[in-house]
Amino acid sequence: MKSTLLNSKDISRAVNRISHEILERNQGAESIALVGIRTRGVAFSLRLKEKIAEIEGVSVDHGVLDITLYRDDLAAGIQKPELKRTDISFTLEGKHIVLCDDVLFTGRTIRAAIDALMDFGRPASVQLAVLIDRGHRELPIRPDYVGKNIPTDRSKRVQVLLNEEDGEDKVFIQEPDNG
Amino acid sequence: MSLSTKNILGAKDLNKQDIQQILDTAESFKEISTRSIKKVPTLRGKTIINLFFEPSTRTRTSFEIAGKRLSADVINISGSTSSTAKGENLIDTARNLEAMNPDILVVRHNCSGASALLTQFIKCPIINAGDGAHEHPSQALLDLLTIRSHKGDLQGLKVAIVGDIRHSRVARSNIKAMQTMGMQVRVVGPPPLIPVELERLGVEVSSDLSKSIKDVDVIMVLRIQHERQNQMFLSSLREYSNYFCLTAEILAQARKDVLIVHPGPVNRGIEISLDVMEGPHSLILNQVTNGVAIRMALFYLLLGENNANPN
Amino acid sequence: MPTLIKNGRVIDPANKLDGSFDILINDGRIEAVEPKGKISGSKLKGIAEIDAKGCVVSPGFCDMHVHFREPGHEYKETIETGSASASAGGFTTVAVMPNTSPVNDNRSVTELILSQARKTSAINILPIGAISKGLKGETLSDMGELKEAGCIGYSDDGRPVMDSELMRRALEYSRMFDLPCIQHSEMLDLTLGGCMNEGIISTELGLKGMPVEAEDIMVFRDISLLAKTGGRLHVAHISSGGAVDLVRQAKAKGLPVTCEVAPHHFTLTEEACREYDTNSKMSPPLRTHQDIELIKEGLRDGTIDIIATDHAPHDLADKQVEFSKACFGIVGLETALPLTLKLVDEKIITLEKAVDLLTHQPCRLFNLDKGDIGVGKIADIVIFDPQSKYCIEPEKFKSRSKNSPYKGWQVRGQILHTLVAGKTVYSVGNE
Repeated sequence: MKSTLLNSKDISRAVNRISHEILERNQGAESIALVGIRTRGVAFSLRLKEKIAEIEGVSVDHGVLDITLYRDDLAAGIQKPELKRTDISFTLEGKHIVLCDDVLFTGRTIRAAIDALMDFGRPASVQLAVLIDRGHRELPIRPDYVGKNIPTDRSKRVQVLLNEEDGEDKVFIQEPDNG
Repeated sequence: MSLSTKNILGAKDLNKQDIQQILDTAESFKEISTRSIKKVPTLRGKTIINLFFEPSTRTRTSFEIAGKRLSADVINISGSTSSTAKGENLIDTARNLEAMNPDILVVRHNCSGASALLTQFIKCPIINAGDGAHEHPSQALLDLLTIRSHKGDLQGLKVAIVGDIRHSRVARSNIKAMQTMGMQVRVVGPPPLIPVELERLGVEVSSDLSKSIKDVDVIMVLRIQHERQNQMFLSSLREYSNYFCLTAEILAQARKDVLIVHPGPVNRGIEISLDVMEGPHSLILNQVTNGVAIRMALFYLLLGENNANPN
Repeated sequence: MPTLIKNGRVIDPANKLDGSFDILINDGRIEAVEPKGKISGSKLKGIAEIDAKGCVVSPGFCDMHVHFREPGHEYKETIETGSASASAGGFTTVAVMPNTSPVNDNRSVTELILSQARKTSAINILPIGAISKGLKGETLSDMGELKEAGCIGYSDDGRPVMDSELMRRALEYSRMFDLPCIQHSEMLDLTLGGCMNEGIISTELGLKGMPVEAEDIMVFRDISLLAKTGGRLHVAHISSGGAVDLVRQAKAKGLPVTCEVAPHHFTLTEEACREYDTNSKMSPPLRTHQDIELIKEGLRDGTIDIIATDHAPHDLADKQVEFSKACFGIVGLETALPLTLKLVDEKIITLEKAVDLLTHQPCRLFNLDKGDIGVGKIADIVIFDPQSKYCIEPEKFKSRSKNSPYKGWQVRGQILHTLVAGKTVYSVGNE
């Protein structure tokens, strides 16, 4: 059973608003860099980059982070996720980094992403943009930019589909299959 | 996503999917070695023991760096093969190590089958870092990674492996792994250094270097061991060199895009000439870099397996 | 007490007997062999009976090639444990090889073995003396003294007599005593460092091979010597198809050569080594399917004279090591019958022939007054059920060692009773 929370237009409006918020808070695009967390955070971050270019006429630095190697549950014996490349080809020093991810849940992914980022250098600040905040944090992590807050049941799964990865834009709640 | 085998004892135990997965994973790990902080916390708290019964700098260091870049604790132990006639040494050492709860054991030993024997006494995954003349799978995997990153695809490539095939675990692992990946293997060397019935593995055997490198995509040159000339296998290194040294002159007959790999350490001027070794076709240093990535991938893929926990 | 073995199928190749007979044993000897039910009357009062219904009753098996390790390596086997292993396998007579420590190359060691046998063994132990002093392959042992002390043949088994001159003199000298020279045929210069058959498997495993030619060349050499020397050459544990052919040709020329085969050499191939299973490490090594086919042909046409186990017990510490460092050999006595019966199942040989290869033939070759259950003979008898199925469990072997590659094999042919001089020395389930 699925119920749609955001459609294509809703997503587009959220991206639009967040781009404005980022620019407003950082007083322009000058020292901003966007870093998308694999997999869907990358598409989200690229949309923000595009929007910011549209608004300010500036192409901000962009990077891709695979946080697999920084996860805190790898050693516990989970099945290995497929490892993909991390690509951060600009220097972090003095930059205000906006980490981008599709869904914020326990906060553990973001913790891993911050750790990974720090291995690449010392940014001026790290901010967090998410398309969906579904609550249930397990770590003291708070987003700076949120597309939509969606209070959810812990057992349910929030699924974000983005055109670049999935061929359509949609956010919905997935009931547990075997619940 | 996991390998079909708990231990990496030989290329013969790896299927095509395993090899692909290891190469893909290693490809992603290459980037870490280019960072200024060359370390990720993935295997924090894990213990890797390098148990080496044979002297080795290159392979042991490669495994050690790979483990450390993944934040594992890496311990090097040099086993001695000289003591005790009955060889309880290996089993005793293994039992002792088992009691220390390692998460991965990397073993090099001068007896073929030594790492297979250890699996009877050790619960953690074992990586064979070379057992006698049997196998050295991580070397074959790094060779494949090196070749693949230059050729794009391994399927259909032709390889000539030149040198002492008889005593080479690198050759055996490469023959298996390359055949699994759909490559055609030819071995080239003086007949005393070619083991019997090798053709039955689907390998072409030749002792004419110039002729057999003409149509290949890759030439793998093996190290010739000095002590072989005293064992009736070789008349002299000088004569060996006359027929099997890969020189610029011979290389001129090969394809323009031919790649040259060598598992090292190199005897310059004996199996390969200095100009060829340092020339544009040679990938010898790439191999060393790729070795670390392959071993990181093996550690990563072996740890925490068999324990699928979705979400 | 007299014993009657009744209702069995008696196979006694020495007397060309095969049928339903009852056997009466008295005072350690065969008193009567009569058609089923014909032994009756006063004879039957107060005697023990063994019902052998559905079973084969034959002379006790004779193994002319075992290693009982005593003196010197008692942690692997002793004459006592080896004898228990033998009787559990249906053997009532064995010939023990001289590669003990000290080597059986003189009267005192032979006498020690025989005295230990009298004290601890329930079966017949026949020593084989060394061809060369200390098995060193340099000087001849005192063959006369060895024979007088009780040796029934000469061998340097475990190692070959490499020196052609010495082998020539051994064949010549042994003629004086009319005992065979038993050769472990292996050109050591071709097998140096080898640990399995040379071929595709050794190539894949990266193990040093022992080429089949190492065996063929020495068999050829010995046969060549034989034409001039006379004497009797017995080729031990033949494993090469080529060597079988050489023996066949020599026999056709009328040369005094015989040979034996061990069950593992007609049962297993080099494939058994593939997982570095040291229990499959033998000398001579397990060979190829083709060799097995030629060995079977040799059994069928009589080129191969006898079956001998080359019983070579080894402690776990000598086997649970790197393949190249492990000792060669297999616990042979307790699996010989079922493996030989597989040849009967495959119609390579008849059941009668199988019994012949294990009883009458070895005794004929070594001039022993055994392997014969005619009236008046000593009652060394085995009773086995050729159909009964069971699983080979090395941990239950009577041998002190458990090195066997047949663990878990489902086989047919179970020893039920073994009698030596009329006395039961082994009885299944009653151990």
